[in-house]
Amino acid sequence: MSPSQDELSFRNAIREAIDEELAADSDVIFFGEDVAEAGGVFAATPGLRDKYGDERVFDTPISELALSSAAFGSAVAGLRPIVEIMFADFLFLAMDSLVNQSAKYWYLSNEQKSIPLVVRSAVGGGIGFGPIHSQVPISWFLGVPGLKIIAPSTANDAKRLLKAAIRDENPVLFFEHKALYATTEVREELTGQEILGKARIVREGSDITLVSCMKGVADCLEAARLLNEIGISAEVLDLRSLRPMDNEMIQSSFSKTKSLLVVEEGPITGGWAGEVISIANEVKIDGMKLWRIATPDRPIPFSPALENEFYPSAITIFESVRERHAR
Amino acid sequence: MVTLKANLELFEKMVLIRTFEETVQSLFQKGEIVGTTHLYSGQEAVATGFASALQPQDLVAATYRGHGHALATGVTPQSLMDEMLGRLTGVCGGRSGSMNVIDLEHRLIGCFGIIGGSIGAATGAAIALARKNGVAIAYFGDGAINQAYFYECLNFAAVRKLPVIFVCENNLYGEYTPWEDVTAGQIRARAEALEVKSETIDGNDVWAVQKAALASFDYARKGNGPVFIEALTYRFVGHSRSDPGKYRKPGELDAWKLRDPLIIARKRLVDEFGFSTQEVDAAEAGVKKRMEEVREQSLKAPSPGLERLGSEFMELKRAGGGGA
Repeated sequence: MSPSQDELSFRNAIREAIDEELAADSDVIFFGEDVAEAGGVFAATPGLRDKYGDERVFDTPISELALSSAAFGSAVAGLRPIVEIMFADFLFLAMDSLVNQSAKYWYLSNEQKSIPLVVRSAVGGGIGFGPIHSQVPISWFLGVPGLKIIAPSTANDAKRLLKAAIRDENPVLFFEHKALYATTEVREELTGQEILGKARIVREGSDITLVSCMKGVADCLEAARLLNEIGISAEVLDLRSLRPMDNEMIQSSFSKTKSLLVVEEGPITGGWAGEVISIANEVKIDGMKLWRIATPDRPIPFSPALENEFYPSAITIFESVRERHAR
Repeated sequence: MVTLKANLELFEKMVLIRTFEETVQSLFQKGEIVGTTHLYSGQEAVATGFASALQPQDLVAATYRGHGHALATGVTPQSLMDEMLGRLTGVCGGRSGSMNVIDLEHRLIGCFGIIGGSIGAATGAAIALARKNGVAIAYFGDGAINQAYFYECLNFAAVRKLPVIFVCENNLYGEYTPWEDVTAGQIRARAEALEVKSETIDGNDVWAVQKAALASFDYARKGNGPVFIEALTYRFVGHSRSDPGKYRKPGELDAWKLRDPLIIARKRLVDEFGFSTQEVDAAEAGVKKRMEEVREQSLKAPSPGLERLGSEFMELKRAGGGGA
C-alpha cells in the first residue's frame, strides 16, 4: 500500500529530493548501477531517467572506481553529480576517487574549484545480507578532511538533508540505512535553508543524553520511552551529520544532563562513538558519565541467531542506562 | 581538419620543459626543493604535440610526472616553479607541490599522484565537456594500464561514447620495472579489446604526435567516442629523484638519446621547415635565459603564512535545502 498524500516514506523522500534538484538545476546529474532503467535495487529512484533523459540520469557499468571518479571529474568540469554506490561496502573500491581526489581537490587546488558531489549509499544490517552487504563504514571516512558525512534518521529529514547535500559545494557521503527505506512519517513542509553539520534534539530530557544517527535514533527514542517509565528522563540527540559534527549541541546537551550514551551501529573499536565521547568529554563536569554501545569487533555474522543479537537495540540501550544509573 | 604547424613554437615549448626540469633537478640537489620530483625529460614531444591540438574548452588530466604536461598546456613557468618551491605565489599556493598541480585557468584539471587517477578524472570531465563540444585528455604511463582505473574507465567512456583521449606514454618502465615483465600481452591490445579506436605512434617526434593529436581530437569531438594512443617514448632520468636507473639495459639510454625529441625537432626544423641553425639556436638560448630569470624570481618568492592553512570546506554559496 502506498502512503497517502500527506505521508512521506523514506524511499520516496530520496526520490523526491533528487527529482526536485534535477528539476532545479540542469547541472545536476545522477548515475549509478541499476539506478535508471531499474530504478535502483532499493527502488528509491524509479522514473527519473524517463523524466530527465539518458544524458542526465543513466546506468553505469559495475565499476565503482570508474563511476565515482567519473563523478569527481564531472564535478571538476562544472557539473553537480549525484551517484549511487549500491551498498556502502562497495565504497572501498571507490576510495581513491573519494578520499585522494574529491575530498582534497578544493584545498590543494588552492581553492580554485570545489567538488559538489554527492555519493548516496545504503548501509546497515539486520536483514540478513551478511558481512559484506551490511556494514556502516562511517568511521573509515571520519578522518578525511574535506568530506562531509550525512546520515539521516527520518523521511522528512532525509529529503531536507539530501537536497542540502546536492546544493552543498563540497563532496558529501549520504548514507541511507536499509531498515529505514520503508518507514513513513507525516509529510512536513520544507522551509528555510538547511546547513549541513547541525544535529537536532528529537526528544528533550534532563537525566541523560542518548546520541545516535539513522536507525539508532528510533531505538534511542524507544529506549527513552522505557526509561521514562522507571523515572529516568532521557534526551535524544540525532547527529544527522557525522562530519562535521555538531560539537556545540553535543556539549550543550551533555552540560545539561551530565550523562551521555552514544549508540553506534558499527565496530566499537575506532568507531565514531568514540569521537562523540571525546567531544563531550571536553566539558568537565563532576561525576559525569560517558559511555558507548556499539557492535562487537567481528564481521557481521549471517545467521539470524547471531545477527539478531549483534546490534544495539532499544532494550540494550534501556538496560545499559538503567544499570549505569543504578550505580 | 588536420593541419600541421611547422613552427618554432613547438620546439621552444620542448626546450622550455627540458630546461624547467633541469632547473628543478639543480634546485633539488641544492636542497631548495624538498620531497620528491618526477622529471619529464625525454618525453617532451608527447605533451607538446597533444597540447598543440587543444581547443579553449578542452581539459587536461596529467600525472605526477606532470611538469611537462602543465607547461605544454599553458601553466606559466613562474607559477609552476614557485609551486615546486612551496611558495605562496605557486600555482596552487604551495599546497600541491610537484605531484598534484592544478591550474583550471589553463585547462589543467590536475596532475594525479595516484597512478591512473588522471584516467578517471578525464573520463568524468568528458561527461561535462560533451555538453560544450569539448574533449578531455588523460595522460598516463605504461604502468597505469594495470590499474583498475584503466580498464574500468575505458569501458565506461566507450559505452557512454565520451569525448576523451587516453594517451599512454609508454616509456618502457613502470617506475623501476620493465613494462613487459609485469604486463600480459600488448598495451594497445587492451584498448582494442574494448573496440576503442587505437593507434601506436612515435612519441619522440612532436609533429608525429601533433598529427595523431589533431586526428584524435577531431574524432572525439565529433561524438565518435574515446581514442586510445600509445606514444612510444623514453625518460632520460630516473623514475624519481632517488632512482639512478640501474635497471636500464646496456646501451638503451644512449640509443634513445640519439632519438632525443629536441634533436629530432631541430633536424626537422632545419631540413624540412626551412629554419636556419642560427634561428633555432637563438630560440633555444632565449628560452634558457627566460628560465634563468624564472629561477631567480622563484627563489625570492614569499612562503605562505600559517593563515594559509585555511579551512577544510568551501562555504555554501547557494541557497539550499528548503522547499521545492
